[in-house]
Amino acid sequence: MEILDIGFIDKDFIKAVEQESGQEISRCYQCGNCTAGCPLSFSYDIPVHQIMRLIQVGQKEKVLRSHAIWLCATCETCTTRCPCEVDVARVMDTLRIMARREGMVSERGIRRFYDAFLESVKRHGRLFEVGLLLRYNLQRGRPFADADLAPKLLGKGKLHFLPDDIKGIDAVRGIFERITKKMGL
Amino acid sequence: MADRYAYYPGCSLQGTAVEYDISSRAVARALGIELIEVEDWSCCGSTPAHTVDQLLYGALAARNLAIAEAMGLATVVAPCPSCLVALKNALAMVQEDERRKELNELLELPFKGELQAKSLLQVIFEDVGVEVLAQKVKKPLKGMRLVPYYGCILTRPPKRAQFDDPENPISMDRILEALGAEVPDFPFKTECCGAAFGLPKRELVLTLSAKVLEMAQEVGADAIVVACPLCQQNLDLRQGQINSHCGTYFELPVLYFTQLIGLAMGFSPNEMGMDKHAVKADRLLEKWQEESRG
Repeated sequence: MEILDIGFIDKDFIKAVEQESGQEISRCYQCGNCTAGCPLSFSYDIPVHQIMRLIQVGQKEKVLRSHAIWLCATCETCTTRCPCEVDVARVMDTLRIMARREGMVSERGIRRFYDAFLESVKRHGRLFEVGLLLRYNLQRGRPFADADLAPKLLGKGKLHFLPDDIKGIDAVRGIFERITKKMGL
Repeated sequence: MADRYAYYPGCSLQGTAVEYDISSRAVARALGIELIEVEDWSCCGSTPAHTVDQLLYGALAARNLAIAEAMGLATVVAPCPSCLVALKNALAMVQEDERRKELNELLELPFKGELQAKSLLQVIFEDVGVEVLAQKVKKPLKGMRLVPYYGCILTRPPKRAQFDDPENPISMDRILEALGAEVPDFPFKTECCGAAFGLPKRELVLTLSAKVLEMAQEVGADAIVVACPLCQQNLDLRQGQINSHCGTYFELPVLYFTQLIGLAMGFSPNEMGMDKHAVKADRLLEKWQEESRG
């Protein structure tokens, strides 16, 4: 067992997580049901019930810098099984948003993928799958990753090589712009 | 008179999951479900949006709901579970006064949220019903041993899903049985395939999806049946990668439940886009034809 010297308890952090997620973190009594059911647990640096405990003792940096919050696939098993009715998946989502804001993202590849996805939506109104794949692979310097999948998709009407912008593209861009302004980015 | 629903296909169904779109539209028409496409729909935001901002996630989905509302339709049907969750999340958000105000400002469109969102699976299971479906079967799926794989979020969490059972869903089981298929118990119905990590964390998807394929093989399935474009992609398109990564020899077709309804209702395999998967279903179709000849 790891013994943690918690030192400073960041009460503002606890309050912020509770407020943004709408969840009462203090309800968690560490039964471990979330971790037992979590399909991604094998890949986590900190299991999800310990993430909950670390929030309870205000360990902001440890929580927000964890890889686990990014490896969570939002499968909602934890939320479904929590006996205290804490929406754990929602808490994980809140932590990702906070980690972005605080510049504490430990899984940069995953964040970049999400960003490239949203960039595609902002440009075209819908996801341009081929564009996302190429853009993301180029960004991380692996241009031929998944090239083996192309022959399985070709000639089936599945791959579109040119984006097709929706008519209301300005409305979608408007949503992104107003959000960016609101978040003060 | 046919029941009228707003239809929100979502991005995948225009690309890598085109056969889900083709089979959904054809089967709906044949079942008397009128699907009216949401005009000029946009992306729901999906997983990436809710890691950035809840309001962005809500607004991207809400734009489509506002359009459907303006079209005078009361129910939006989404075949893709990820789209469905985004739509349902936006509908929950708009019930809160403060959030509604924020959404309307972002959208610059009036959005009251007086409509509901359902999966196509729910519409077929509840609004059409398995009894009616069984009556429409022309070519029973005799000899097909099929396992339904529901994935994560179609029925979870139950408060949001309001459909089927979160731990042991049965809607697809009952539908496939009504079509004449053999449906063994499948313990991994709601395990996770690795979801959106195919590009950024491929090995996670390969590891998790391999478990689903292994269990399907263990129970002697001829094919896996899905209702989610991402599950289909991970299990089918990446099956070759899974085999290389895990040293396995899986060759299991992964089909949409709508394709199987279509086949049983008399559509040809090509009309159901059965030629569009990475793992071919030829052997399954041959077995079916042989069994049907009897």
